[in-house]
Amino acid sequence: MPETTLREAIARGLREAMEGDDRVFLMGEDIDRYQGPYAVTRGLGEQFGPERVKDTPISESAVVGAGVGAAMAGLRPIVEVMTINFILLALDQVVNNAAKLRYMSNGQITVPLVIRTVTGGGAQLAATHSQSLEGWFASVPGLKVAVPSDPYDALGLLRAAIADEDPVIFAEHALLYRTRGEVPDEPYEVAFGEAKVKREGGDVTLVAYSRMVHVALEAAATLAARGVEAEVVDLRTLRPLDIDTVVESVKKTGRAVVVEETWRTGGFAGELASAIQERAFDHLDGPVGRVGGADVPTPYNRGLEEAAFPNAERVIAAIEKLFGI
Amino acid sequence: MALAVDLDKTLVADLYRQMVLIRRFEERSGWLYMQGKVRGFLHQYNGEEAIAVGAISVLKDDDYIISHYRDHGHALARGLDPGRVMAELMGKVTGTSGGKGGSMHLFDVSKGFMGGHAIVGGHLPLATGLALAIKYRREERAVLCFFGDGAVSQGEFHESLNLASLWQLPVLFFLENNLYGMGTHVERTHAAGRDVYGAADAYGIASHQIDGMDVVAVREAAAEALLKVRSGDGPVLLEAMTYRFVGHSVQDPVAYRDNAELETWRSRDPIDLFKKSVLEDALMEQSAIDEIEADVATTVDEAVRFAEESDDPPPEALYENVYGAAPHAASEEADHDEADSPEESEDWVADA
Repeated sequence: MPETTLREAIARGLREAMEGDDRVFLMGEDIDRYQGPYAVTRGLGEQFGPERVKDTPISESAVVGAGVGAAMAGLRPIVEVMTINFILLALDQVVNNAAKLRYMSNGQITVPLVIRTVTGGGAQLAATHSQSLEGWFASVPGLKVAVPSDPYDALGLLRAAIADEDPVIFAEHALLYRTRGEVPDEPYEVAFGEAKVKREGGDVTLVAYSRMVHVALEAAATLAARGVEAEVVDLRTLRPLDIDTVVESVKKTGRAVVVEETWRTGGFAGELASAIQERAFDHLDGPVGRVGGADVPTPYNRGLEEAAFPNAERVIAAIEKLFGI
Repeated sequence: MALAVDLDKTLVADLYRQMVLIRRFEERSGWLYMQGKVRGFLHQYNGEEAIAVGAISVLKDDDYIISHYRDHGHALARGLDPGRVMAELMGKVTGTSGGKGGSMHLFDVSKGFMGGHAIVGGHLPLATGLALAIKYRREERAVLCFFGDGAVSQGEFHESLNLASLWQLPVLFFLENNLYGMGTHVERTHAAGRDVYGAADAYGIASHQIDGMDVVAVREAAAEALLKVRSGDGPVLLEAMTYRFVGHSVQDPVAYRDNAELETWRSRDPIDLFKKSVLEDALMEQSAIDEIEADVATTVDEAVRFAEESDDPPPEALYENVYGAAPHAASEEADHDEADSPEESEDWVADA
């Protein structure tokens, strides 16, 4: 199977969708002439022209809202918000409009909108540019949230997102764009709400998404050297959430640790820990652990920043402390 | 009031009938609120009827309208069924949103009525997006977007005007300046004072101020503005000066303005002005006016009867239309049913 990067997989998904459906168009800051702040849209402006690859003002609320409005009228806009931190400027449009219009109109209005955005820290961009806010959106009924960790899932989930009749927050991690993986030439989709077991093991379940899947896999490899077999579950979408696959794994291993990049307080990991104990309490050998980011605004200094995010050593330390293995 | 030559007697009767329908509908909605049959917030349109009726009278059937939370007048002027609108106010399954939207969120997509929207200024980006879709498809349609003076302080107003003008989108921004954003006078919120239309200058948008109590003036200004909007020259902003004869909502004791101001505006009641004018110009007979009043009374009675006799939405409506029928959405609803459905647990009632 041919190998590609996550960036190329997303670009391919965008190009295919635009070739296949005139209703699909792109809007965002610096996606055309600049070629995309993360170079995902490189060449698309030349191929499709400025009416379908629209550079916008730095005006997140109006641009996301215009995406909602165009979707209300039957188009299938893909709005790129440069980073998830900037969606804060458009929260009204996302939470009050995109998420609620189908319900409040009793199904008369649909919002088939994809908001692509870049999430995560680790590039020394300090507190305002290093957040992972996707879990917030996962608490909003009416939204869907995709969080791919590899190129195969990125393309498959993007196809599903563009085909979806409801608004999707599609969060691409800034540090995963160069991640390589096999992507088949033939068409496929990755359905929302289907987690994937990335590594099988019988001793402890590590639940993660986006970049933390790689941290969990790294921890699992180290643990394996000492005879502890961790199972790694990649959620792939936070809403809808495939809690069944998680619970099935926990019932097998009897131990669970959720790994999430964002702050522990109020994080999506808390939701997962709660759901696991509700459904698998009698199978648990200990508390459901959470390894999350430090409860601080992300610092700039490299050493401090590294201390603020989960890594494989902290995942292993948590497992040792919680379960004595 | 000068009447334009194009006003034939049928049109005059239609304009009058619609304004009276809105006024009587609102009088009844307030009464139903006092009886506890309409709940939540109720924002009435009394006094502002000439704007909705005049502007919407020049729209085409396939144009879009998008409005704010004081939306009953726009909905009725667009021809939404009064019974279904009243049913929505009463939260009934026959309402325009099946009882899930309420007074502030009326929708009828079949009539291009893309909603009442309840976050001040939040629907202006949506208007811009609807207009973007029109231009993208090279259609002849236009968007009529109503909003109030309070929205002008929001960033979404400025961002939307900039984007709509930058991309030359076919949208008529229709500002209903009733002088108060809730209870705060526009002169206490807008740095340039009570005349707001000049704000459009910064974005290269043509703008005019008109008399919002004169249905014919509104109609003519809207027609002229829509000509420009449809020609591809980009948006226009109209500011109609008006006044609501009632509080911000029915719960508003209206402590922030005095009776003299109200009486001054009441002396220019848009329905009385129009009636006087058309009688003088012999465009309507008193007997025709009496007939319209009687017809409207019947229409409103029937709307109330329809709403009162309609059922509440069934319990299963709670989880309907959160998502479409995609397979993964269905599985999420099934997941909710397991833990949260009324059949399985009564806890949700206590939480609500």
